[in-house]
Amino acid sequence: MTQEPYVRTEMLTEQPAPLGQTGIMRWMRENLFSGPMNTIITLVAVAVIARLLMDFIPWFFQPSWESTSLRQCIDDPAITGACWGVIRERFNQLMFGFYPSQEQWRPTLAFVLMFVAIAPVLFDKLPRKLMIFSALFPFLSIWLLWGGSIWGPTMTLAGFGIGYAALKLLSGPAGELVAMIVAVLATILWWLFGVSPVAEALHSVVSLGIPEVESSLFGGLMISVFIGVSGIAFSLPIGIVLALGRQSDMFIIKTLSVAYIEFIRGVPLITLLFVASVLLNYFLPPGTNFDIILRVVIMVTLFAAAYMAEVIRGGLAALPTGQYEAADALGLDYWKAMRLIIMPQALKISIPGIVGTFIGLFKDTTLVSIIGLLDPVGLITSIRGDADWNGIVWELYAFIAFMFWIFTFSMSRYSMYLENKLKTTH
Amino acid sequence: MAMADQSAGKSFRLSMLLYDTRYRSLTIQIVMLALFALGVWWLLDNMYANLAKIDKDPDFAFLSAPAGYDINQRLIEYTSQSTNARAWVVGLLNTLLVAFLGCILATVLGVTIGVLRLSKNWLVARLMTVYIESFRNVPVLLWIIFAMTIFTETLPQPKEFRGADASASMFLSDSVALTNRGFYIPRPEWGDGSLPVAIVFILSLVGIYIFGKWAHKRQEATGDILPTFWIKTALFFIPAIVAFYIMGQPITLNYPALKGFNFQGGWYMRNSLISLWLALSLYTAAFVAEAVRAGIMAIDKGQSEAAAALGLRPKRVMSLVVLPQALRVIIPPMISQYLNLTKNSSLAIAVGYMDVTGTLGGITLNQTGRALECILLLMITYLAISLSISLVMNVYNNSVKLKER
Repeated sequence: MTQEPYVRTEMLTEQPAPLGQTGIMRWMRENLFSGPMNTIITLVAVAVIARLLMDFIPWFFQPSWESTSLRQCIDDPAITGACWGVIRERFNQLMFGFYPSQEQWRPTLAFVLMFVAIAPVLFDKLPRKLMIFSALFPFLSIWLLWGGSIWGPTMTLAGFGIGYAALKLLSGPAGELVAMIVAVLATILWWLFGVSPVAEALHSVVSLGIPEVESSLFGGLMISVFIGVSGIAFSLPIGIVLALGRQSDMFIIKTLSVAYIEFIRGVPLITLLFVASVLLNYFLPPGTNFDIILRVVIMVTLFAAAYMAEVIRGGLAALPTGQYEAADALGLDYWKAMRLIIMPQALKISIPGIVGTFIGLFKDTTLVSIIGLLDPVGLITSIRGDADWNGIVWELYAFIAFMFWIFTFSMSRYSMYLENKLKTTH
Repeated sequence: MAMADQSAGKSFRLSMLLYDTRYRSLTIQIVMLALFALGVWWLLDNMYANLAKIDKDPDFAFLSAPAGYDINQRLIEYTSQSTNARAWVVGLLNTLLVAFLGCILATVLGVTIGVLRLSKNWLVARLMTVYIESFRNVPVLLWIIFAMTIFTETLPQPKEFRGADASASMFLSDSVALTNRGFYIPRPEWGDGSLPVAIVFILSLVGIYIFGKWAHKRQEATGDILPTFWIKTALFFIPAIVAFYIMGQPITLNYPALKGFNFQGGWYMRNSLISLWLALSLYTAAFVAEAVRAGIMAIDKGQSEAAAALGLRPKRVMSLVVLPQALRVIIPPMISQYLNLTKNSSLAIAVGYMDVTGTLGGITLNQTGRALECILLLMITYLAISLSISLVMNVYNNSVKLKER
């Protein structure tokens, strides 16, 4: 007799997957316990983390916020770990240095407005009109920080108006080239000789202004942000010019650019800051003596420009030759080709590098403490030298490190976001 | 061609300097050069005017004058009577010392962390990410000062090691003492007869190299694989140890011991050196780790899959296929990190380590008042170091460049 082959006629009900193959169990088996070696490593890592947290958490959460000296923290039986009073007491100093407390709204306002100013650069969804504010912001922020009469920055701004007017008026009758030269000359002459008498005259008529604050009172995170942001903002155009110079066919221009870039990249920033603090006045006309913060910003800008040039050169090199050739084929001259075709693409590619340069520069601003400016690192000595806080170590350093970390970490995340967004490849 | 002929036929006009592309680049370059020369002349003129006002001329004679200050950390003979030039060299050697030590430690740490960050173990990979993000996002100057403060504030004073019920104790069976003045570690003493031992050791190193070559050739010829690792290890240790005992144990260790208020004997490593070294290496290691990770990730997955398909074990896939290709990507950023480390070592001035910035750019500058000359020499020194490192990098880059047909 032949046996009927067995054929199932009804569907089996779906079984749940084995426990080890789903959800968290599977994830843990694959990522933490995939072999004997891995299991040991995981256990050791867990032990190390647990150990660190067991030490750290009790140390961190302490009712010491209101204490006024380290002695008080040690004497208080309720406090067995961190003495956070130092942060509460010195918070304003760490932010603003010795900036007068009734004027501290000014740096704060400038800081907030800075985000408004860079927003249109960072996010392209915002209206382009905001760029006008970005252009005005440098003058506004300098006026807010240093104070004084409002006429100085306004008249400086007026220089651009004068230049533009000269360009418009003369380009008809005298030709573009002459108009250009006259406009530049007029602007520079106005800045050199026109601004201060006119501003003074206006000030004596309508005295509008806020109290002046000396540079020696500047300090804290404010100084780091100011030097970092102005360094990067001014170094970007110089960097672009240097990068183009390095790519140029013209021998002399190329040599000068390469020499400058390699020289700056070959020396540590601290030597340039020494130049700012003791040497820069030697190279200026006798009798000139200007602000130390301004001198530092100049040197930091020159420093960052070389790094910026290398970043942008990377962007230029990454563009396919076809782009240059296409620009030539359209009959564009050098500057038009650069402005309309090459630079928009090259800058886009180099944005992550630019942000990276900025992060590096922002961290490097701590070096100004070595030439005696009171940035957060420079303030450490004075705070630890105070009788109340003598001997404090971890809390202060941890807080300052955290301040810098917040800035740099969020910037590096932004650059990663940008990298993803700008990716035009598949 | 026709156009070129036409314009060549015309006589030269002045406006062609500006509007003719053949001459324009020449015009621009000459104008630029003139502007540059004018700028330099302006700066130098100002400088001489300023110097004349304070009755000084650029003068390097101070280099041969006695320095008049002590340097506590030195690799060569130096006293306060030595010249400023010698102080400069002492500082330069200290810079190179900390840079060399830092590069080694940063490489070891960085490669380990970079590889571990790619680990399949989720927890380890996350831990390494935390390390990298926390170290590279905080200024290195802060790390240096922080390390220095921790060493001076939390380590015991030498006097705490004293007495029967001392509150601090030495490590590794009383051979290493960590104090708030620095670390004391044993120092080898070279007695009579240590020269032969050293010679034997060097010979065995040569032997290891020759053996490696020979084993490689033999493997290519016959296909036999020798246990090279074990033979090399044996070659490394056994001859030297045998020679050591035959010569009657000529090399001894000089242990640090507490005498009076401080430790005597052994090697004394200053806090400033240790904190600078550690902080620079931990900071740079985060960047090296990123370079290593990027290098390994740059290798196409197909490469390791193909190697696995050939039947290579995972270890060999790494060492024979992935790493040789990844190294080409890893080495250039790594060398530029070494360069950064060397430049960052100039922050030694913040913890009082006497590197070239501390001697030439610090005390010599302040004592002689020769700011211009000192900073110029300082910049040239760093420039020379940087340029030689980038020279090495270029040579390497050319040697590993993909040979394309």
